[in-house]
Amino acid sequence: MTKLANITQQIERRLPFQWNAAHTVLAVAILVLALAFASVIKLELVVNGLFLGLIVALGAIGMTLVYGILRFAHVAQGDFMTFGAYISFFLLGTLFPKIGMDSTGLGPFTFGYPLLIAIPITAAALVCLAVLLDVAVYRRLRRRGVNLVVLAMASLGIAIALRGLVQLIWGGGTEQLPRVSKYFYQLPMDVRIPPDNIFIGAVSLTLVVALYLFLTRSKMGKAMRATADNPELARVSGINTEHVIWWTWAIGAALAATAGVLLAVFQAQLFPIMGWRFLLPLFGAVVLGGVGNPYGALVGALTIGVASEVSTEWINPTYKPAVAFGIMILVLLIRPRGIFGVRD
Amino acid sequence: MALLEASSLVAGYDETEVLHGVSVSIESGEIVTIIGPNGSGKSTLLKTLMGLLRPKSGSVRFNGEELVGVPPEKIVRKGLCYVPQTANIFPTMTIKENLEMGGFLRRDDLETRIEEVYSLFPDLTSRRKERASRLSGGQRQMLALARALMLDPVLLLLDEPTAGLAPNMVASVLDRVTSINATGVAVLLVEQNAREALKRSARGYVLAAGQNRLDANGQDLLDNPEVTRLYLGG
Repeated sequence: MTKLANITQQIERRLPFQWNAAHTVLAVAILVLALAFASVIKLELVVNGLFLGLIVALGAIGMTLVYGILRFAHVAQGDFMTFGAYISFFLLGTLFPKIGMDSTGLGPFTFGYPLLIAIPITAAALVCLAVLLDVAVYRRLRRRGVNLVVLAMASLGIAIALRGLVQLIWGGGTEQLPRVSKYFYQLPMDVRIPPDNIFIGAVSLTLVVALYLFLTRSKMGKAMRATADNPELARVSGINTEHVIWWTWAIGAALAATAGVLLAVFQAQLFPIMGWRFLLPLFGAVVLGGVGNPYGALVGALTIGVASEVSTEWINPTYKPAVAFGIMILVLLIRPRGIFGVRD
Repeated sequence: MALLEASSLVAGYDETEVLHGVSVSIESGEIVTIIGPNGSGKSTLLKTLMGLLRPKSGSVRFNGEELVGVPPEKIVRKGLCYVPQTANIFPTMTIKENLEMGGFLRRDDLETRIEEVYSLFPDLTSRRKERASRLSGGQRQMLALARALMLDPVLLLLDEPTAGLAPNMVASVLDRVTSINATGVAVLLVEQNAREALKRSARGYVLAAGQNRLDANGQDLLDNPEVTRLYLGG
């Protein structure tokens, strides 16, 4: 294994230029294009894989931000997504119809305008939940100075509890957000795209760009990056790291909530273990991009999304998560710090 | 009244006690150097003064105000800034962003202060958009100092700013400390390069095994045969 790592290092050393993140982006883009050509008969899979990748990205970016600041793997991220999907299901299926908001089939989409209202409400609800959980659980553990593994285990407990809560309230069956069937877009080269995917892509990209602007332009965003870099130095610079932690939870939870609703739209159904199953692609994307790096998580998520969709051409879709896992292992062997990971 | 008066500090990590009753005082505008062998508690002392460690007993008074129990993010507001020995910059952020974080508590005149600090450290000016991790060792220390100056501190706590630097950089960094001091900033300096540091200091303390061993003015410590033998290499 170290041999493999040595070879990549040697290749890097012999390159006539300094290898940097931009080259990696290019390499990944070429890889994705190559994949596209390899499955040219099913370009459709690549395109829809990108949309799936954008949903993975929202969950994975939240997870990687939480890791960057709190230094533990937030195992409940997947179940935050499930919970988000079910809150929207409650709003769209139960609450909104009672006040006459039950329209579906907005333009080319399967859903109606109420979804546009449900998403922000769901996000706000999960933000509250995440901050409450921090105050009630994680902060207490932090103050006791517990091992980081304990924090990860606590989040596993919260994941299971949340899933139990979902099953208790809504039962264990498969549900659907209110929808009407719509025709797919027919594009050249036999590409068929469900119109909903365009919406999913637009929402994800908007959030990713908004987050990028937040992290690079706003004072709190920069304070978050500073805390991820060096928490002690952040504190002696006057940054209240407890506030930073709340912001991190809030952003991670809002992204997870949105990802959950979008996933329910993407797969046209929701069920209690949808988020838990999504955990593997999330971890894959986070590791692939370099743990703690939000831009890496985005590239990692797109790669995982495309790879797992394209793989269904050759292998049974049941094994889709295994593809994500396989990519993760491969990356760990060749480049343990991930694509964008910093060399120590 | 001394600017900073720490008395009988007992502090350490979890089970291990490192400081067994250390006292130091700093007057406004002076440079005070702390020397002592490895493990004598110099860094622990600075961390305790800055609120990163809570002492088991003892007191820290800054301008007459008790600092024990005040978190570091509040202590900086009082005019006490700290440069750790290692990990003293934000490596993935740009030079300019590092300075912005140093001035996190400033409200309106952040840009003006950044320009002032650039003028003190001209090497950094041309590289403001670069990631801090790309800086060389000496420039890194300059950035660390620059970050800590962003809030116009009354007292600067420096933990071995010359550690690991080439000999020619040592003098250059310490000269910078002297010129910062000339603007009225008091400096508490922990140093391995004891001779260079004491030359520039009004007073010095010798710590050994978590206790005060000696304190005197800088020149007297340099002339002291025991100090020479133990800490100044002959």
